[in-house]
Amino acid sequence: MKPFRIILGLFCLLVAVWLIMPTLVVIPMSFNDKKSLAFPPSGFSWQWYANFFTNPEWSNSLLNSLKVASIVAVVATFIGTLAALGLSRMKHSGAGILRAILITPMVVPGVVLAIGIYAVYLNYQLVGTTFGFVLAHTMLAIPFVIIAVSASLEVFDVRLETAAASLGANRFTAFRTITLPLIAPGMLSGLLFAFVTSFDEIIVALFITSPYLKTLPVQIFTSITRDADPTVAAVGTIIFFATSLVIAAGLIIGSKSKRS
Amino acid sequence: MSTSKTRERGAAIDIRDATKRYGKFTALDNVSLHIEPGEFMTLLGPSGSGKTTTLNVVAGFTDLTAGDLSVGGESIVGVPAHKRNIGVVFQHYALFPHMTVGKNVAYPLTLRGVEKGERERRVKAALDMVKMADFAHRYPSELSGGQQQRVALARAIVFDPPLLLMDEPLGALDKKLREWLQLEIKRIHRELGTTFVYVTHDQEEALVLSDRIAVFNQGRIEQIGTGRQLYDEPATLFVGKFIGESTTLRGKAETSGDETGLTIAGQKIVAKEKLAGGETPVILLRPEKLSLAAAKAPITNGQNSLAGQVSEAIYLGSGSKYQVVLRDGSIAVVRSSLEAKPFTIGDEVDLRWSVEDSKLLADDDRADMTLT
Repeated sequence: MKPFRIILGLFCLLVAVWLIMPTLVVIPMSFNDKKSLAFPPSGFSWQWYANFFTNPEWSNSLLNSLKVASIVAVVATFIGTLAALGLSRMKHSGAGILRAILITPMVVPGVVLAIGIYAVYLNYQLVGTTFGFVLAHTMLAIPFVIIAVSASLEVFDVRLETAAASLGANRFTAFRTITLPLIAPGMLSGLLFAFVTSFDEIIVALFITSPYLKTLPVQIFTSITRDADPTVAAVGTIIFFATSLVIAAGLIIGSKSKRS
Repeated sequence: MSTSKTRERGAAIDIRDATKRYGKFTALDNVSLHIEPGEFMTLLGPSGSGKTTTLNVVAGFTDLTAGDLSVGGESIVGVPAHKRNIGVVFQHYALFPHMTVGKNVAYPLTLRGVEKGERERRVKAALDMVKMADFAHRYPSELSGGQQQRVALARAIVFDPPLLLMDEPLGALDKKLREWLQLEIKRIHRELGTTFVYVTHDQEEALVLSDRIAVFNQGRIEQIGTGRQLYDEPATLFVGKFIGESTTLRGKAETSGDETGLTIAGQKIVAKEKLAGGETPVILLRPEKLSLAAAKAPITNGQNSLAGQVSEAIYLGSGSKYQVVLRDGSIAVVRSSLEAKPFTIGDEVDLRWSVEDSKLLADDDRADMTLT
C-alpha cells in the first residue's frame, strides 16, 4: 500500500508541475535585465514593467481591452441572465435544445467562429470597431453567464415568488425583492467570467483587429512575433495575477450562492 | 369556538360550483362550500382529493375552469393573488432566505407602504403572537422547522388579512412539535378571530383544530360537518373510514320494517336503519362501541354478536386495542377499557355491540382507495 501511495503522489506532483510550469516560467522572465526572452534570466530589473505602463502601444491596448471587456461583461450578464430565467421556466422539452444552442459558442472551435465573424464584419465594416469587438465577445461570453446564473436558479425556490405574491407583491416587485437578490451571486460570477472571456480572447480578436484598435492579447501576439521583447512576460505576469484574482472571486461567490 | 365578537374580523367565503380541469383530469368537480366569518374550516382528504387545489383557487394561485368564488361577499374570480389580501402559510415555510426574521415579517407591510414606526410595532406584535420576538435578527437558516413555520405564520397575519389559508403547515414536523403547534394555531385563531382555512390529510389534526371539516375525495366534497358529526353520522362509507378507526361488515341483506338484517358467515346481525333501495349495504362500527366476550357467553337483549378469534392484542395504557378475525375473514378493531376482561392472541371470542350502534351505509368502492 505504501509504495503505491508514494508513486501516486509523485505522479500527481508531475501533473501539477506540467500544468503550472509554463505559467510560472513567465514570471522570472519578466524581470530579465536584457532584451531577450531567455530562461533562466541573466539579471534583475523592473524595466519591462515600466515599459508596459509608459509605452502608448501597450497602455492603449490595455485600455481597449478593459473597455471592451467591461461593456461585454455588462451586456452578456444582462442577456445571459434573461436567457437563464427564461430557460428555467420553460416546461417543455424545447428548453434543453434551446440551452444547447445558447451554449454552442463555447464548444465551436474559435477559429471557425472567427472566420465566420470576419466574413460578416468585412461586409458590414465592423472590423476594427469597438462595437464589432463587443458584439463578438458578448456572443462568446453569454454561455458562461447562462451557466453561472442557471446554477443559482437551480437552487432558487420558485415557490418563494408565490409566497411573495400572497403577501402582496406583483410579479415585478417579487422578482426585484426576492428573485434578484437570491440569484445575484450567480450573476456576479457570470459577470466576472464574461469579463475574463473577453479580456483573454485572442483568436477572434486577431481576425477583426486593425492598427487602430488592438486589444491586449493582440498586442502581445504581434509584439512576440516581431521581436523578443520581455514586456510580453511582464504583461503575462500582470494578467496572470489579475485573472487569477477575478476567477478566484468568481468561484468563491459561486460556491457561496450554492450553499445558501 | 370563537365568540361572536371576535368573528367580526373574519371574512365569509363562498365557493359555488367550482370546477377545475387539467386537460382530461378533473381536480375539482362542482365543489360548493360556504365558510362562516371567523370559522376554522379544515379541508381534509387524501392526496389528490382536491383540497389543496381548493386552497390554491382561494389564494389566487390557480384559476377556476368554472364556478364562482367570493370572499367577504365580493367575487374575486380573476383577481390576481397579490391583490387578494389573503394570508397563506405553506408546508415548506417559504421564508425568504436573504432576509432576517424581522424583515420577512415586515415584507407585506413594506409593500403596503406602512411607515417605519407602525411597521416595527406590528412586526413585534406578530412575532409576540407566535412567541418568536427574540429571533427577529436571525436568518431563517438558523431556525428549526417549527420556528420557521411560526415566523411564516407571523408573516401571514401581520397585515391583518380577513382570511388565513394554511396548506399542511405542520406536515414536515415531528409528532410532538406538531401537537404543540396545533394548540398554538388554535389559540392564535381564537385571539385573531380571522377566518382560517386549513388543509390536511391528517384526520386527527382536523379533529383537534376545526370548527367544521369538509371531507374531500376525488375532487368532490363527501361531507361537511363538525368532527362529531363526521365521526358519529358519516354520510358516506368513505367519510366513515377516513375519520377515525372503523370496522366494516358486508353480507347478504334483507329489510324488515325499520330494521335491516345482515347475514355474515351464517350469523345474523341487525341494524336499526332502513336500507335505501338498490344499494348494497355496509355496516360501519366504531372501535369503542364494540366489546369482546368469551365465546358463547350469554347475550343481553338488543345486542349483536359475531364469533371470531383475537389476532392482535395491544396494551395502550388507557385501555386495550384488539384485532379480531371474524368467520368471514374480515378484521374488526375493538377498543376496550381497563376494567374489561383482558384477552390474548388466539382466544375464541364473541364480538358484541348494541343494535343501535350499527351504522348502515351504502357500499362504495371509492372508499377503498389507499388512504394516505
